[in-house]
Amino acid sequence: MARAADAVIRIEHLDKEYATEAGAVPVLKDVSVTVAPGEFVAIMGPSGSGKSTFMNILGCLDVATRGRYVLNGRDVGTLDKDELAHLRNQVIGFVFQGFNLLPRASLEDNVALPLIYRGTPRSERLARAREMLAKVGLGAYPRSHPNQISGGQQQRVAIARALVNQPKLILADEPTGNLDTATSMEIMALFTELNERDGITVVLVTHEPDIAAVAHRLVRLTDGKVIYDGPLERAAPGHMEKTP
Amino acid sequence: MTAAMLAEAWQAMGANRLRTFLTMLGMVIGVGAVILMLAVGQGAQQQVQESIASMGSNLFIILSGSTTSGGLRMGGGAAPTLTMADAAAIEELPSVAAVAPTAPGTAQLVYGPNNWSTQVMGSTPSFLTVRDWKLSAGFPFTDSDIRSATRVCLLGQTVVQNLFGDEDPVGKTIRIKNSPYVVLGVLAAKGQSLDGRDQDDTVIVPVTTALRKLFGSQFAGTVRFMMAQAESADAMPAVEKAINELLHQRHRIREGADNDFSVRNLTALANTAAETAQVMSLMLGAIASVSLLVGGIGIMNIMLVSVTERTREIGIRMAIGARGSDILLQFLLEAIIISVIGCLIGVALGVGGALLVSKFSGMAIVVTAASIFMAFAVAAAVGIFFGWYPARKAAAMKPIDALRYQ
Repeated sequence: MARAADAVIRIEHLDKEYATEAGAVPVLKDVSVTVAPGEFVAIMGPSGSGKSTFMNILGCLDVATRGRYVLNGRDVGTLDKDELAHLRNQVIGFVFQGFNLLPRASLEDNVALPLIYRGTPRSERLARAREMLAKVGLGAYPRSHPNQISGGQQQRVAIARALVNQPKLILADEPTGNLDTATSMEIMALFTELNERDGITVVLVTHEPDIAAVAHRLVRLTDGKVIYDGPLERAAPGHMEKTP
Repeated sequence: MTAAMLAEAWQAMGANRLRTFLTMLGMVIGVGAVILMLAVGQGAQQQVQESIASMGSNLFIILSGSTTSGGLRMGGGAAPTLTMADAAAIEELPSVAAVAPTAPGTAQLVYGPNNWSTQVMGSTPSFLTVRDWKLSAGFPFTDSDIRSATRVCLLGQTVVQNLFGDEDPVGKTIRIKNSPYVVLGVLAAKGQSLDGRDQDDTVIVPVTTALRKLFGSQFAGTVRFMMAQAESADAMPAVEKAINELLHQRHRIREGADNDFSVRNLTALANTAAETAQVMSLMLGAIASVSLLVGGIGIMNIMLVSVTERTREIGIRMAIGARGSDILLQFLLEAIIISVIGCLIGVALGVGGALLVSKFSGMAIVVTAASIFMAFAVAAAVGIFFGWYPARKAAAMKPIDALRYQ
């Protein structure tokens, strides 16, 4: 476990409730997790365990009902909308299950998109985007469009987009959920490379044990509570179980 | 940053060309209609103003009253009550610039083989000042012609055309009622009056000649009407009052008795006509503005659809670091681009349409820079105004809700 001071993610006693007509429904209950720089964490849990909600909160897309979340030394609860947008732009790289590329933009424009909101000049944006596309093995066709390439390639483009601002942290929400096994493994190899060679912290949500097995640390959520948090090797077989 | 946003807005518009075009069409028609209607309205206004200017400014017409002869009431101007002496007295009043006593009549004109019947006005040199009428050739008659009642005349353009054709009439002698008159000058063309009469179909002779030699009169030295010009528009009420009092006194009209003359303010009539034209112009503009408004609502409608359709895109952009203001700017730019391009096309069509209208209908058309600028400013404002709400709606979305939107 990392020391609290230089942690990338420090979550303390976090609760999340959704307001419904029937009253507040708790989704996350007293979750405390700390992630140190350079860690590779897999979050597992059955459907409805709150792992996607947890991920959204980690990504500053959603806010907690109670508790504290310190991201890269900044208390997220005290930030306004623009500062949160700035964090999403500079500190976090997002990878989604559905890739979430802009269908009308070329691959390089998709990858360069985060740089627009940073005010980077156009020539530099495109140079960086091509560099990142080359890094994920797609440097050959920067002017193609997302519908012209395979799902695995689209996910690589999404990863290139996540990397373009040199984030400290990559958050991947079921990044291989829409991919076949072989392609999934290629994507996971890419994450491992980013984690080991570039020292980027990776947190990913998955329900596939073979995907989680690539990580070094497992956090298992059930009914909104952390029931296991520790090295992968020491996890009980039940904690690695494939979840529907 | 803004350049990148512009490029993105352009791309988004290009992605749905037909829809962008149809949205723009609303703007095009709106702006085109405003420009065209303003051009037509201002053209009409200008025509009226030119007619008014041709009448002379700050004018009063003083008519002698009616008379009754053996039970027959003779109508206005029939009573022989306005005299040359009255004219001289009115000219002495303060703020009166000029007075032109006028004796009109109709006579047959002959020059060589041509003859022409027209209105002959006996008047003084002041007539030209009062009516703001220039000569296109020759010289006017003078006060000495008035004193000696010489047989001289000034011809209107229509008369010149009918008697002389291409010949130069100055210095020639024509016959009016079989007496010879020397043509001193030719009046400049004035065109139609407000009520559609040809103002150029006229001949002016000295008033004394008209009274003594041409028409004759039972009552020597009386004229049917006078035109009086005030020095300024501001002085008109005072002048009107002074003329009334003066004539009242000179004609020895008893308290309570009817006046044997009437003073009419022509400028008031002219102003009414000008105001009518202006109201028409405004109304045309207002009607056209409605189409501009409808065009604006069209933009808002499409932008709202676009925001809903692109909710997921908004979510993606927010997830990778777009601020609310970035999203706002993006959608606002799209609305503004659509309205400004639509406006440019509309201006081109409106001006082109105005030129076509004037070419084929002969209507006066005035396209001013001000009306183009106004249409442009309104279009940009409409774009911002109607683009604001949808853009605001997009910017206010929560990133998580936008991302989850299916």
